[in-house]
Amino acid sequence: MTTAPPADGHTVTTTVAIARARTRQRSYRPRRAILGATGILIVLLAWEGVSRSGIADARYLPPPTEVIPRLFQVLTIGDFWIAVGQTLGAWALGLGIALVLATVLGVVIGLSPFLRRFTNSTVEFLRPVPSVALIPLAVLLFGLRIEASLLLIVYAAFWQIFIQVLYGVADVDTVAMATGRSYGFSKWQRIRDIVFPTALPYLMTGLRLAAAVALILAITAQLIIGTPGLGAEILKAQNGGQYSTMYALLLATGFLGILINTGARVLERATLSWHQSVRGEAVQ
Amino acid sequence: MKKAVVWIAFTFGLPAILISLWWIVTAISPNFFFPNPGEILVPFFETWFGPRLWLDVLPSILRFGVGVVIAMVLGVVIGVVVGLNRDLRSLTEPTFEFFRALPAPVLIPPLLLLIGPNDAMKIFIIALASIWPVLLNTVEGVRAADSVQNETSRSYGIQGFRRVRFQVLPGAAPQIMAGIRQCLPIGLILMVISEMFNTTAGLGFAIIQFQRTFAIPEMWSGILVLGLLGYGVAVVFRIFERRILRWYHGLKDLENAS
Amino acid sequence: MLPDASAPLNTVSHGRTLPPEETLLSVRGLQKIYETDGGPIEAVRDLTFDLGKNELTCLVGPSGSGKTTLLKCIAGLLAPTSGEVVLDGKKVTSPPKKMAVVFQEYGRSLFPWLRVAENVELPLRNAGMPKDERSRLVAEALDNVGLSHVPKSYPWQLSGGMQQRVAIARAIAYQPEVLLMDEPFAAVDAQTRADLEDLVRKVRKELGISVLFVTHDIDESVYLGNRVIMLSSSPTIVQEDLIVDLPDERDQLETRSMQRFTELRHHVYEQIQLAKKGFRPDDAVAQSRG
Repeated sequence: MTTAPPADGHTVTTTVAIARARTRQRSYRPRRAILGATGILIVLLAWEGVSRSGIADARYLPPPTEVIPRLFQVLTIGDFWIAVGQTLGAWALGLGIALVLATVLGVVIGLSPFLRRFTNSTVEFLRPVPSVALIPLAVLLFGLRIEASLLLIVYAAFWQIFIQVLYGVADVDTVAMATGRSYGFSKWQRIRDIVFPTALPYLMTGLRLAAAVALILAITAQLIIGTPGLGAEILKAQNGGQYSTMYALLLATGFLGILINTGARVLERATLSWHQSVRGEAVQ
Repeated sequence: MKKAVVWIAFTFGLPAILISLWWIVTAISPNFFFPNPGEILVPFFETWFGPRLWLDVLPSILRFGVGVVIAMVLGVVIGVVVGLNRDLRSLTEPTFEFFRALPAPVLIPPLLLLIGPNDAMKIFIIALASIWPVLLNTVEGVRAADSVQNETSRSYGIQGFRRVRFQVLPGAAPQIMAGIRQCLPIGLILMVISEMFNTTAGLGFAIIQFQRTFAIPEMWSGILVLGLLGYGVAVVFRIFERRILRWYHGLKDLENAS
Repeated sequence: MLPDASAPLNTVSHGRTLPPEETLLSVRGLQKIYETDGGPIEAVRDLTFDLGKNELTCLVGPSGSGKTTLLKCIAGLLAPTSGEVVLDGKKVTSPPKKMAVVFQEYGRSLFPWLRVAENVELPLRNAGMPKDERSRLVAEALDNVGLSHVPKSYPWQLSGGMQQRVAIARAIAYQPEVLLMDEPFAAVDAQTRADLEDLVRKVRKELGISVLFVTHDIDESVYLGNRVIMLSSSPTIVQEDLIVDLPDERDQLETRSMQRFTELRHHVYEQIQLAKKGFRPDDAVAQSRG
């Protein structure tokens, strides 16, 4: 009935604390799922209520009972998936370019104290410039072509990754680097075997942040400039008075965002655990 | 004296080189899209320090300010309430995650319909977009309050609102400030974008108008203004954060030194 | 007035209780069972003892004897499964006003965003005390622990020993009747520990507070306490309740080299060793009956 005290050197208190924490987490899971679903339901009900009660102009806010079926309809339309593809295409391309640029520049500048100091003021000034300020320039240079979106996406995503890579390189153990040098590792080898593993988790964090920002800018470019994609479709629906479709596309965009966020988080966690097991130390 | 010279060299060195390069290149082969920096300076002062200051710049900044303040206050208040209660956290988590993942600009078309292209809509979208980093960071900061601090408060009868004020909120401050740091650029982006739709005034509107009328130097001057604004916001935040989190920076410095 | 070298030890194999008029804190039949997936774990089975006024009682036990569980139940931070704790005639269901706790993890218990004086002042501020009275109590408390010179420092700027003094100052400024200390000096170096031990004795003497001091350090328990309660292994009951008949004036060098100190210490050590090996006083009683 009552168990004997633990024999493995843990005190009762620690064992109990661990066991209770596990039990608490496990037994809470179903409740947590139910509460989460309830939360979504409450929001949908509120939306339905506001829509039907006339607080907002009923034309402009169709209820979920109209929007959600419309969403399923939209999912069957080919044009929808083309728009998704265009959005993701710009997103991925912009993110990819930013990733390469930011990693290379981040490592090169990060490894050189002189370069870090020399570029610091420029970085601190350029970094907070809102990339949407470049919209008129993008339109001038590229019109409706994908390069217009890319200009915005790359500019915004670059800084997220670049700053993180700088942190990562700064975190590199100087002792390890000196050891590497004394063992005759070439610069490239040291970067590959010492700098890269240390900076990797930071890079992943930067990538996660950049992925979200890149989506925002991709959609923004479509909304404002008119480059093809989900944002452009939403505007089209609004202009054409097809409000159910507009909201359906809005929901779809949100889900796309969740997909990207979740994917980025999974990637970050997977890289972190590999990193931890390879290096054998705790990561904060 | 030498230190001052070195500091000047490092701070202004690269910018001076870049601007000079730009100047020289555009002087040799003028480019329609990339005017000579000298050509930008004059319109910069003419355009932005005249009536546009009152018509466009200050109202934009004001809308931005009001929008992010609303986002910060609501974000912290709601974040504290939700963060303290596990059931509330579970209830709101999927909804919050959806709104955080949704790219905020996409809400502008519906909001234009529902509220109209006025100041209220702009402030609303700025607040709606900026609230999520603050809210979610506050929830996390409150949730992860140190258990020994919690027990200490309980043992001294510090509970309820007072516990939030004296223990929970200060403890969560570093996390909350991180959220605020993230929300400011987002607010700025939405401020600009909200002024590019169906409006007749504002910084966003101005630079789009310049682009449409091919007033290129003016357009670049507008980009410069936005850059300065972004930089200014970042600087103000840093000063603010350093004061509030003085204890935290001191603590971290000590930890890093050991 | 030293007792004979070979005088018998004043010890009983259960927790001592006192007549009600002498009792400050009363623990009766305290039991704590934790529910976990792997089945219920009985951390504390039955604890019964009384704490009188102006006492310094040490609770010693082997690792895992539920000392912290017991302390948290007494402090009102944890609800016991059965049994009760009574302070000043009132049952303890939540942290009582007349009780203050000093935790082991001083680094996490002191609030890093507050300066030393502000940390000490906080419970008083929370209780709505007017500023002048607060300042006076804070100044007195800091003076009592020897930290009058650092009121404006942040806790993390101070050494471990000084931080623990701040925690003690905060506790005594609160003007409690009972001070609970949960292995407060475990994370502090030996020299600092000696100073802090003397501080506790001084504080108790000057302010007349009763102290319940939990420790795993046997020497410390005998040096500090007027009374040492030895706990068995888990599920915990009181193994022995020993009166420490050393002189009231204690000194790190003198007292620790007394023969009586060695005898007492030896006895406590033996009892703890028995406890570690799993000796169950309740089984022993059952056996001797049967």
